Amino acid sequence: MNWITNYVRPRINSIFSRRDTPENLWTKCDDCGTMLFHRELSENLNVCTSCGHHMAITPRNRFEALFDGGIFTEIDVPEPTTDPLHFRDQKRYPDRLKAAQRSTGEKEAMLVAEGEMGRTPIVAAAQDFSFMGGSMGMYVGNAIVAAAERAVRLKRPLILFSAAGGARMQEGILSLMQMPRTTVAVQMLKEANLPYIVVLTHPTTGGVTASYAMLGDVQIAEPNALICFAGPRVIEQTLGEKLPDGFQRAEYLLDHGMLDRVTPRTEMRDELITITRMLMGQPPAVAGDLPAPDPAPEAQPPEQPDKAAAPKTAPKTTPETPAK
Amino acid sequence: MTNYLDFERPLAEIEGKAEELRAMARANEEMDIETEAAALDKKARELLVDLYSKLTPWRKCQVARHPQRPHCRDYIAALFTEYTPLAGDRNFADDHAVMGGLARFEDQPVVVIGHEKGHDTKSRILHNFGMARPEGYRKAVRLMELADKFGLPVITLVDTAGAYPGKGAEERGQSEAIARSTEKCLQIGVPLISIIIGEGGSGGAVAFATADRVAMLEHSIYSVISPEGCASILWKDAEKMREAAEALRLTAQDLAELGVNDRVIPEPMGGAHRDPQAAIKAVGAALGGMLAELEGKSAKKLIKDRRKKFLDLGSKGLAA
Repeated sequence: MNWITNYVRPRINSIFSRRDTPENLWTKCDDCGTMLFHRELSENLNVCTSCGHHMAITPRNRFEALFDGGIFTEIDVPEPTTDPLHFRDQKRYPDRLKAAQRSTGEKEAMLVAEGEMGRTPIVAAAQDFSFMGGSMGMYVGNAIVAAAERAVRLKRPLILFSAAGGARMQEGILSLMQMPRTTVAVQMLKEANLPYIVVLTHPTTGGVTASYAMLGDVQIAEPNALICFAGPRVIEQTLGEKLPDGFQRAEYLLDHGMLDRVTPRTEMRDELITITRMLMGQPPAVAGDLPAPDPAPEAQPPEQPDKAAAPKTAPKTTPETPAK
Repeated sequence: MTNYLDFERPLAEIEGKAEELRAMARANEEMDIETEAAALDKKARELLVDLYSKLTPWRKCQVARHPQRPHCRDYIAALFTEYTPLAGDRNFADDHAVMGGLARFEDQPVVVIGHEKGHDTKSRILHNFGMARPEGYRKAVRLMELADKFGLPVITLVDTAGAYPGKGAEERGQSEAIARSTEKCLQIGVPLISIIIGEGGSGGAVAFATADRVAMLEHSIYSVISPEGCASILWKDAEKMREAAEALRLTAQDLAELGVNDRVIPEPMGGAHRDPQAAIKAVGAALGGMLAELEGKSAKKLIKDRRKKFLDLGSKGLAA
């Protein structure tokens, strides 16, 4: 113990550690390690401005970027019974749920909303990987059914952003039953001739890939997203061999005919507008025709299920013919 | 030769002793061992009843996976006539993990589809231990379409640890193939009956079991993940499979309570492998009953009811 260990070394360490943990101002890219200025990164939708690596984005931030002026109305999702199996592993399931709710500030692993995207009315659903791995349980099933029902009632396309490790084990067979359940939801859209567009984001695996996430009319993925049924680790264990580079990544799936497109997040909105407008028989979107971005209101009450068509934020005069 | 499970070891001892006695008596005709052997038989029987009346979920998994349990081909051979296998997915290959084709059940033409695990090393490899690749699910879709076109009921026999986790299977769209098979189950306008005869492993089982009626054999299981897989993820220790099996509620009895299966088909004492003929007969009776329940329903009504069944299932979670 001397003056150097007690005083100088901690000071030096604190200077260096401060540089390593930039506290909200800087984020380090998971891939290339570049330090990215927080605001610049969020403006670029959490895509690294240096290497183009796509980092996770919350459903709320995604919707703010997707909907005109960042304005959307959340759609109510019926709440299932919590912990029907009284599942307990090393922790109780309700405790895991509460921890996820605290850390994400969200109720569950999927957010459903309606609004306009390039003045194209849509319903959108986005899965939250940060909430228990985005896992599909009864709530996620309810969210997809609610989204499909709302889309059918409003005659709008449904755009779904998937991100999940698979089914939620803590709900046992009831999570597995979401596979047929969400498939019924997709069939509702198909029978109403409404576009169902899936955007697969990193990662989408297991029972989610083997149900609603692979049944879209158009299948788009974000670059380098892991998309699979069985994860690479499981396969490596089974086969006992190394897998090829890029195996089960978006570009690999595109090469193998499993996807329509791989599109960077920063171009996704424009592409979704183009595709949905064509599928809905609407005229092309006019550049510069978008409403000025309004400040997003803090929270909007969920709309009544029987309330008619357009959300209140929609402009009164819409230049194009409304969808049939 | 009976294959004994680890928890059946005391039973193996008693039955072994009885067998030994009888072998001795066969060699030496003057020996009278009958009373003693009968006593052993009685003891073995009591132990068997005791063991099987309170099987834990993990032991049920072991029974469901018993290598001598009757498999898909045994049921097809015994319950159906004129079985005509139809092969291939018209895309890539014929997957032997899934067998299926046209057949008659009590003279009525039907389409039967099932997972086949195989019964010895050679056939297990041929059938890939009942783990289907995308081709298997695409063959099933094709057979379901055929059934729909010609108005034939579809019967599926589920017995799989899960869809095959392989490189080629992934490259050829395992998840898409499963999703399409589940989707097809929800689209066909003919009766669809599914019987889980052994293991109902996750998505690989759902792809066949999204049916109007789902029955499970008494000691079969149906789960979102294998107990071993669940244990290694949530307990970080695959050896905790007993706890995981308990927590997952994967037994036929628990699932009947949750409304996932419509009936539990009783197995002969000591499990289907102890008396395959009795098990097969019970499955045949249940199948006849379920087909009768669906008779006369229109295509539209069948589809509507099936969708409603799965929409309602797992929307709230039942009081457990």
